[in-house]
Amino acid sequence: MISYIVRRLLLAVLTIWAISVLSFMIIHLPPGDYVTSYIASMSASGSAVSEGEATALREQLGLDKPITVQYAKWMGLMLQGNFGMAMEWGRPVSDVIGDRLTLTMVISVAAILFTWALALPIGIYSAVYPYSFLDYVFTFVGFIGLAFPGFLLALIVMYVGFAWFGANVGGLFSPDFIEAPWSIAKMWDLTKHLPIPAVVLGVAGTAQLIRIMRSNLLDELRKPYVMTARARGLSEYRVIMRYPVRVALNPFVSTIGYLLPYIVSGSIIVSLVLSLPTVGPLLLKALIAQDMFLAGTIVLLLGVMTVIGTFISDLLLMWVDPRIRLGRQ
Amino acid sequence: MAELVATPEAGGQAEERVAVATQWQLMWWRFRKHKLAVGGTLVLIAFYVVAIFADFFAYADPQESDAQRSLMAPQPIHWIDEGRFRPYVYALKGTRDPLTFKRVYVPDTTRKIPIAFFGRGEPYELLGVIPTDRHFLAVEGASASQSLFLMGTDILGRDLWSRLMYATRTSMTIGLVSVALSLVLGVVLGGVSGYFGGIIDTVIQRIIEILRSIPTIPLWMGLAAALPADWSVVQVYFAITIIISLIGWTELARVVRGRFISLKEEDFVMAAELLGCSKARIIFRHMVPSFISHIIAATTLAIPAIIISETSLSFLGLGLRPPAISWGVLLQDAQNIQALVISPWLLIPAFSVIVAVLAFNFMGDGIRDAADPYL
Repeated sequence: MISYIVRRLLLAVLTIWAISVLSFMIIHLPPGDYVTSYIASMSASGSAVSEGEATALREQLGLDKPITVQYAKWMGLMLQGNFGMAMEWGRPVSDVIGDRLTLTMVISVAAILFTWALALPIGIYSAVYPYSFLDYVFTFVGFIGLAFPGFLLALIVMYVGFAWFGANVGGLFSPDFIEAPWSIAKMWDLTKHLPIPAVVLGVAGTAQLIRIMRSNLLDELRKPYVMTARARGLSEYRVIMRYPVRVALNPFVSTIGYLLPYIVSGSIIVSLVLSLPTVGPLLLKALIAQDMFLAGTIVLLLGVMTVIGTFISDLLLMWVDPRIRLGRQ
Repeated sequence: MAELVATPEAGGQAEERVAVATQWQLMWWRFRKHKLAVGGTLVLIAFYVVAIFADFFAYADPQESDAQRSLMAPQPIHWIDEGRFRPYVYALKGTRDPLTFKRVYVPDTTRKIPIAFFGRGEPYELLGVIPTDRHFLAVEGASASQSLFLMGTDILGRDLWSRLMYATRTSMTIGLVSVALSLVLGVVLGGVSGYFGGIIDTVIQRIIEILRSIPTIPLWMGLAAALPADWSVVQVYFAITIIISLIGWTELARVVRGRFISLKEEDFVMAAELLGCSKARIIFRHMVPSFISHIIAATTLAIPAIIISETSLSFLGLGLRPPAISWGVLLQDAQNIQALVISPWLLIPAFSVIVAVLAFNFMGDGIRDAADPYL
């Protein structure tokens, strides 16, 4: 068990390191550096930066050093929680990102919960009654769901909301609550707005999970122990739920490790269409304004959050599956 | 086995055919039974025909804009004229809505513009070499770009049908180019990983696991935004395919590795080894042919993900940039919900994306089932 946790933890740390290198690349790929874009943005707003100031700033940020030293320095700053300044906003990056990162994760988790809540019963039903009418319906809907990129689904949802109901279905808060401080009422408001983004984000994953659950459970139901249980006169509910579903659930839980990055990734673009206050719109704006510092930081933080989420799901898997808990891989 | 590939011939004869059929024939017979897969394949063939002959199917210049014709609604074709099959459209005249002062177009029922199949239109070069002016659709006695709007126009007054044809070319080929790159990476790395095992295997597997646990879209966005703004359409096109395939090869590598590991234990591989075959000969002469069908299936299933990636990136304005035309670029116009509500035809390219992705999934599923008789 310990070795499993250590292995997962090591992998998580390695992944975070890889993400940090990639984020650093994103910051450094475009021509020019942070200071050139800082000067450009300052002069655009009317205040000039002198040559001396620029050199001082470069030295302070270590931009005159070799790239590896710069990376180390940047990582040091990141670890201290100092994410630098978001140029366009003139505020520290952590200020700009804060709430939005949390909301990104809230939406992603809501989407995963939705995915599970729907995929589990449908998957069980489809496996218990294979080739039934409803099974075909679910398979068909699942295929369509797989083919629908989240942002197109979001566009269609928005269109239907606007054209048929005359309502804006985007956003995460009612207008009254957008600027309000956090309170029970605001939380409730958020909960009311969550279903649409969660459904839009979760559809593709749900389709995939239904197929996984169906085929796992079908394999399991063909095994002799199920027949034995039936022969002994156990109720159908017990026969299915007691063992086969538990065994089939295992790969189901382990897919969460792939589901989370996928959903976080999708949330970025869906947020733009549904105008959700997540990091998605912020990232796009930063990239278009070539504020690579902010963009790199967002990519980094998003990656780190995802890795942490995946790690938690690994622990969850350990809790569900005694084979991992007891040390056999 | 025989019942899996039941053919019209009766009993004994069919069995005889199965016994002598090659692996590819067996696959084809199984694939043929998978109706959805066959349907998907036909749809894809149609898509690629459009991609190859985009300039033939387009009847107007996709870049020709005219603010006067902005956001015109799709125009219906009337097939029967005075009891005979003679397709035509009504000419359009622009007027102002007396209430909203918006420019609207009403069909001028006094003027009919006949449509000809395979008629003459703008000159172009078929397949890039044969100069011709034949188009799938053409109008007689008028300029197509001023009178025919099968799918309406976009905000700049460009004909959506013609743009969609060219977009199909871009989006369907970007999938192929990108999957070819991913395939090379996936087969080499997956093959090395599966064949040699040990430390190399562990390292490559960890890299794959790491890449798969990173949210891809933000990463793609970052990399795509870092492309220099002054790059040409072609440069951006290839840069985007490279960016997408750099992260997309992992699934292919996983499939190849799995196959290598399971085949390594087979008797015929050991026999080849004992006969003193070189490693390269064992891999390419003996192992690859027996799992190439799996690779084809995995490749087919990888293409839709790539198409969606390109569409998403271009939709955000970070992928292909105008004047390039792809499904994602076309969908950029649909970003604005208000505009979309007034002119819903801007959403038509979305259906091309969905149909293409569905077709690839169906075909891929069919190939996978056909490739693996034990499933």
